Amino acid sequence: MKLKLALVQMDTRLGVMSANLEKHLDYIKKAKGADLVIFPELSLTGYILQDLVPTVVSRPTSHDPTFKTLLQASKDTDLLVGFVEEDDRHRYFNSAAYLSKGEVVHIHRKVYLPTYSMFDEGRFWAWGDSVRAFDTRFGRAGVLICEDFWHASNPYLLWMDGADLFYFISVSPSRGLTTDENFDSAAFVEHVGQAYASLFTSFVAQTNRVGYEDGINFWGGASVYDPNGEQIAKGLYHEESLTLAELDLDELERARKRLPLLRDERSALVQRELNRILQQRGRTF
Amino acid sequence: MLTGFIRSEVTRVAFKRVVLGLSGGIDSAVACYLAAEALGPENVLALRLPYKTSSPDSLPHAQLVIDALGIQSKTIDITPMVDPYFDANLDMDKIRRGNVMARERMIIWYDHSVAFNALVLGTSNKTELLLGYTTHYGDNASAINPNGDLYKTQLRQLAKALGVPQVIQDKNPSADLWAGQTTEGELGFTYEEVDSLLYLLVDRRYNPEQCVTSGFKRDFVDTVLERVRRNQFKRMTPLVAKVSNRTVGYDFLYLRDWGT
Repeated sequence: MKLKLALVQMDTRLGVMSANLEKHLDYIKKAKGADLVIFPELSLTGYILQDLVPTVVSRPTSHDPTFKTLLQASKDTDLLVGFVEEDDRHRYFNSAAYLSKGEVVHIHRKVYLPTYSMFDEGRFWAWGDSVRAFDTRFGRAGVLICEDFWHASNPYLLWMDGADLFYFISVSPSRGLTTDENFDSAAFVEHVGQAYASLFTSFVAQTNRVGYEDGINFWGGASVYDPNGEQIAKGLYHEESLTLAELDLDELERARKRLPLLRDERSALVQRELNRILQQRGRTF
Repeated sequence: MLTGFIRSEVTRVAFKRVVLGLSGGIDSAVACYLAAEALGPENVLALRLPYKTSSPDSLPHAQLVIDALGIQSKTIDITPMVDPYFDANLDMDKIRRGNVMARERMIIWYDHSVAFNALVLGTSNKTELLLGYTTHYGDNASAINPNGDLYKTQLRQLAKALGVPQVIQDKNPSADLWAGQTTEGELGFTYEEVDSLLYLLVDRRYNPEQCVTSGFKRDFVDTVLERVRRNQFKRMTPLVAKVSNRTVGYDFLYLRDWGT
């Protein structure tokens, strides 16, 4: 079975949802023929929202004007979009929604909010508190948002929960000028994407936005890795573009016959040891 | 608290004086009263910087403050400094001319900050800062500003409490950049109206719909919000293009009071 992915690396207008929604629809049109179109983190709103957060909320239901349009668009093509989610008690989450056939299949709320160096997310967002895989018409998948996949435990949990398809969406700032082609931050994301694909013998597809917000640049550079850790698609750096990738899902079977890491994974041992470590050291993260 | 602010932020960086523009209006008068109390009148230099079209009331009103407090003062006519530029650029409208005057005054404040060994005391109020009713790098330039979190309406109350001369309290607010200019005429609404709206929008975090429900006209709310949005740049330092892992303004984070 084949899965045709379209990875969007787009710029957004900060806090202008109508313009960003229009752009989503344009890209969905451009990606015609794809099975799933993946947009970057907070693709409907822009990233450094600060006090704008409460003004650009949506709720992933058919009653919400933004999601009504997106759900309609998801009838032909599955969609993964980033948005600001407000819950009934006025907590704001940096969330991603997987839409398919007019239905909301899964919502992931970012569980790691970077609040160090240039990042101040803990100040503006509520912390998500679950990491779950979910079934799609192409197999079981998991979604992580930017900092979420800088923590190895999250992809591991998704792997244990049955995910074979890992979708990572980011707003990753360009930082760390080097003599290489790309920035430190880009190199890191590509290294870990490739590593997770190899270690979990799974597909990893990641996309990141482009453009600038108050002097901070985002590097784009979508990439896709197969269960052998091979890069099978690569987007441009810094430019808006659509990266297409055809995933041969049968590669999962072949890779795992060659390298039965999933079969041999001793998750009960992990659990036992982790319980012991947490108990002994009194750590309650 | 405001006098404590001035005293602390001036003395901790090894200064003991401030210099400020004294226009004859209520904001700079209040700042003079606060500074004189915080640092002693001998440590406050009030600069009166008229242009030939400035209101004839401005100098005597400023003099009332200088006399009442016993602060130091100096008067410099900016006409011979800005007129050659205006004469060479006859197409300048009143906005451009007003900006040049405001920035010329800023040049003189900062020159005197060296000559008088003083920090420049800002006088912009919260209403002006939010609405962007300032000349960027002109009247909004300063080292420290005791007025910036007080709406104009609050500054009027403070002026009353401090005993600022009644004639200054009663006058119509003006940037005095051209004859007959009044702030409320230029903005199209009164300070009392806009301050009560800004209080809901900014301090109380009302959304626009809730402001309309509270009795403000939709157009007024939208106009004010748009003005606040468009002028955000005036409230911030210039953007630096981030390329490294540690960048001035983003993740090189120390207070100005670092080490003091």
